[in-house]
Amino acid sequence: MESLALRAGGWLLLAFLAVAAVATAADSGFAIHMAIFAMAALAALWVTISRADYGAIGRGILRAPDPGRYDDDVIRWGVVATVFWGIAGFAAGLFIALELAFPLLNFDPYLNFGRVRPLHTSAVIFAFGGNALIATSFYVVQRTCRARLAFPNLARFVFWGYQLFIVLAASGYLLGVTQSREYAEPEWYVDLWLTIVWVAYAAVFIGTIVKRKEPHIYVANWFYLAFILTIAMLHIVNNLAIPVALTGSHSYSAFAGVQDALTQWWYGHNAVGFFLTAGFLAMMYYFVPKQAERPVYSYRLSILHFWSLIFLYIWAGPHHLHYTALPDWAQTLGMVFSIMLWMPSWGGMINGLMTLNGAWDKIRTDPIIRMMVMALAFYGMATFEGPMLSIKAVNSLSHYTDWTIGHVHAGALGWNGMITFAAIYYLVPRLWARQRLYSLRMVNWHFWLATLGIVLYAAAMWVSGITQGLMWREYGADGYLVYSFSETVAAMLPYYVIRSAGGLLYLAGAIVMVVNVWRTILGHLREERPMTEAAYDPAADRPIISTAVLAKEG
Amino acid sequence: MADNKHVDEATGTETVGHEWDGIEELDTPMPRWWLWTFAATIVFAIGYVILYPALPGIAGATEGTLGWTSRGQLASEMAAEQDRRAPVIAALARIPIERLPEDGTLMRAAVEGGRSIFKVACVQCHGAGAAGGEGYPNLNDDDWLWGGDLKAIEYTLIHGIRQPGHDETRMSQMPAFGRDGILDPRAIADVTSYIRLVSGQEPASAAARRGKNVFATNCAVCHGNDAKGNRTFGAPNLTDPIWLYGGSRQAIARTVTNSRYGVMPAWGEKLDPVTIKMLAAYVHSLGGGEDFVAVARDPEIQVDERP
Repeated sequence: MESLALRAGGWLLLAFLAVAAVATAADSGFAIHMAIFAMAALAALWVTISRADYGAIGRGILRAPDPGRYDDDVIRWGVVATVFWGIAGFAAGLFIALELAFPLLNFDPYLNFGRVRPLHTSAVIFAFGGNALIATSFYVVQRTCRARLAFPNLARFVFWGYQLFIVLAASGYLLGVTQSREYAEPEWYVDLWLTIVWVAYAAVFIGTIVKRKEPHIYVANWFYLAFILTIAMLHIVNNLAIPVALTGSHSYSAFAGVQDALTQWWYGHNAVGFFLTAGFLAMMYYFVPKQAERPVYSYRLSILHFWSLIFLYIWAGPHHLHYTALPDWAQTLGMVFSIMLWMPSWGGMINGLMTLNGAWDKIRTDPIIRMMVMALAFYGMATFEGPMLSIKAVNSLSHYTDWTIGHVHAGALGWNGMITFAAIYYLVPRLWARQRLYSLRMVNWHFWLATLGIVLYAAAMWVSGITQGLMWREYGADGYLVYSFSETVAAMLPYYVIRSAGGLLYLAGAIVMVVNVWRTILGHLREERPMTEAAYDPAADRPIISTAVLAKEG
Repeated sequence: MADNKHVDEATGTETVGHEWDGIEELDTPMPRWWLWTFAATIVFAIGYVILYPALPGIAGATEGTLGWTSRGQLASEMAAEQDRRAPVIAALARIPIERLPEDGTLMRAAVEGGRSIFKVACVQCHGAGAAGGEGYPNLNDDDWLWGGDLKAIEYTLIHGIRQPGHDETRMSQMPAFGRDGILDPRAIADVTSYIRLVSGQEPASAAARRGKNVFATNCAVCHGNDAKGNRTFGAPNLTDPIWLYGGSRQAIARTVTNSRYGVMPAWGEKLDPVTIKMLAAYVHSLGGGEDFVAVARDPEIQVDERP
C-alpha cells in the first residue's frame, strides 16, 4: 500500500513537471512533446491507482494463455508492437518512395520528404527492429539461461518506456523537432529518456544472465549483450549536446566540423553493426537451430567470428566519409577495417546456413526455414557488398548515389526483415500456446511477396545508383560535364517507380503476416492442404521391366 | 560437460557437449577457405596501411610509402586537365567573338564548353532544352529581344538585363499603362484588339481600328509603327506568334495594364570572359543564332542565313 502511494505520487510529480514544461516551453515542438510526456505519466498514474490487476488485464487484451513458466507477457506485447510498427514503418517507406517518384506528394510541411524519411528509418530500425530485438532477447535469454527474467516489472517499464521513446521520436520528426543526425534525430530530452530505458533494459538482460541456471552463456546472448552495451555507448557519445534552453527542444552538438561528422558516422555505422547485425545475429543463433532442429554448425567459428566482428566493426565508420575533409589516414583505416570485416561477417552466415546440414530438405517443406535461408543469403550479400563499397575507388562511384540505398535495403529488407518475420512466426504459436500458426501457406505467400519486393527494390537501386554515379562523372572529350544535375534526377524516374512497386509488394507481404498473426492469436486454424507433399504415384512405383528382356527370358 | 559429447548422426561431427534449450553445437573446425580469406584481408590491410597514410601519432599521421594524398591527387588531376585544355582556352581568350565562326575547331570547342555551363547556370530559367517558359525566352528560335548575333548575345550575358547598379546593362521599361492611369480600360481593350489583329489572332473590328490610334500614340515609339519591335529597347515583335508572357486577350491586357520587367543576372560578375564567350557560342548555336551582317540589314551584302 505504501509502495503504491509512492509510485502514484511519483507519476503525479512527473505529470506536474511535464505540464509545467508545456507552460514554459520556448517552442511548440517541445510543448507538444512535454504534453505527450504528461499524458503518459497520467496514464501510468491511472494504472497505478486503479489497483487493477494490470497483468491480468494485459493478458486479457492479448488473449494470452495462463502465466507460463517464463515471464512472457512483455514478450507478447513486444511481438504485437513489432508487427504494428513494422506496418507503420513499411507504409512510411512506401510513401517516401512515391514522393521521390512523384514529388507532388510532398505535402508541406508535415509530410514532406525531409520529415517523413527519418520517420521511416526510425520506425523500421528502432520501432520494428528494436521491438523485435527487445522481445526476442527477453525470450531467448530466459530459455537459454533456464531462468525467469531478473526484474519482471523493470522489463515492463522497458517495453512501455521504449514505446514512449518511439512516439516522441516519430511525432518530433513530423513537427520538425530534429538534431539532424542520421538515425539519431531525436532531440536531447528524448535521448535522455532513451538512456534511462536502455539502462533498465541492460539491467534486466544482464540480471537474467547472472541468475542463469546453465553453466555457460549461449552464443546468442553474447551477441545480444554486445548489442545492448555498444548501443548504450554509441547513443550516449553521439548525442552529447547542450540544450539551448531547458524548456526548448533545440540543442547543439558537443562536437563541431569534421569531428562531429566522424562521431556521427562512428555512431551511424555501428548502429548498423551492433543493432542490425549483432542483435539480429543473436536472433539467428537461437531461432535457426530451433526451427531446423539441428545443432549449430561450428562452435569454434562462432567464437572467432564473434570476437573478430565485435573488434573490427567499431573502426569501420570513417568509410562513410571517403573523399571528404576527414584526414586521409582516418579514411584509410575506415577502409581497411571494413575489408577485414568481410569474413567475420560471413562467419555468421556460414554458421546459420550450415546449421541446416542434415535438414536441407526443410527449405522445401518449411516456409519459415525458407525465410531464414533467404535472410542469411541477403545477409551474406549485403556484408560482401559493404566491404566492397568501402574501397575508395568503388566508393568514388557509389557514394551519394542510390546504390547506397539499395545496399542498405538488401540488408534491411532481406536480412533484418526476413529473420524477424521468421522469428515472429516461430514465436506466436508458442507464446499464445496455439497448436500451430493459422496458416503456413500464408507464410509462403509472405515469403514470395517479400522476396519479389526486395528483388525489385535492390535491382532498381543498383541500376539507378550506378547510372547516377556514371552520369555525375561523365566528361566529354573537351573536359566538360555532359549532364546537368537535373538531367540525372530525371533519369531516375523509372527506377523510382520500380522501387515503389517493390516496396508495395513488401508491405503487402507484411499485411499477410498481420492477418496470419492475428488469426493465430485468436486461436483460429486455417483448413488448408499441407505445404508440400512430394508427389507419389503407386502405379509408377516399380522397377522398369524391358519387354525385350522379358521376351528373351521368356 | 564432456559427458554430453556425442557424434551427430547426420553430419558425423562430434558436438561440443553444451546444450541450451535443446540447442547443441557441433565441434566443426573452421572452414579453411574462411580462415585463409580472413588472413588474406588482414595481409591486404597491413600492406595498404604501409603504402598509404594510415597511423595517427602525436604530431601527425604516417604518410605511407607512396606519398599519396587525396588533395595531391586532386591537384595533379586538375593540373593535367588544365594543361590539356590550355591551348584551347588561350585561343578562345585571344580571338574576338565575331571572328569565332571562322575557326570551326575552336567554335566547336566553345559550343561544347558552353553546353556544359548552360546546364549549370542557365537551365533554372531557360530550361534543360533552352525552350524557356512564361517570362523566360526560348533560345532555340530566331526571335531575339536584344539581338541574336554572337556579339549581342555575349553583351547580354556579360551585362545582364535590367540589373540595378550596372550602367551597361540591357535597360528599358514599359509603362504600366493601366495601373498608372495612362490609358483607360476601354483604350486598353482597343489596343489589345489591335495587337491581336496585327498578330493574326483576331479579325478586323471597330475596336481594333480604334486601337490602332492608341498604338500609334503610346506604343509605336518602342514597338515601331509596324509593331515589329525594336532591339534597342528589347521591345518584342508583336506581329509574330511568339509570346513571352502569352498572346491571349487576357495576357496582353495584363501586360499593357501592369507592364513587365524581366531580368537576367549580369554573368560578367560571376563567370570569366572565356566561359561567357563559350556560353554565347552555345546559345548562338541552338538554332536561331544570327549572322552579324544580318543585323546590319545592308542590302548590298548577301547574307548567309545559316546559323
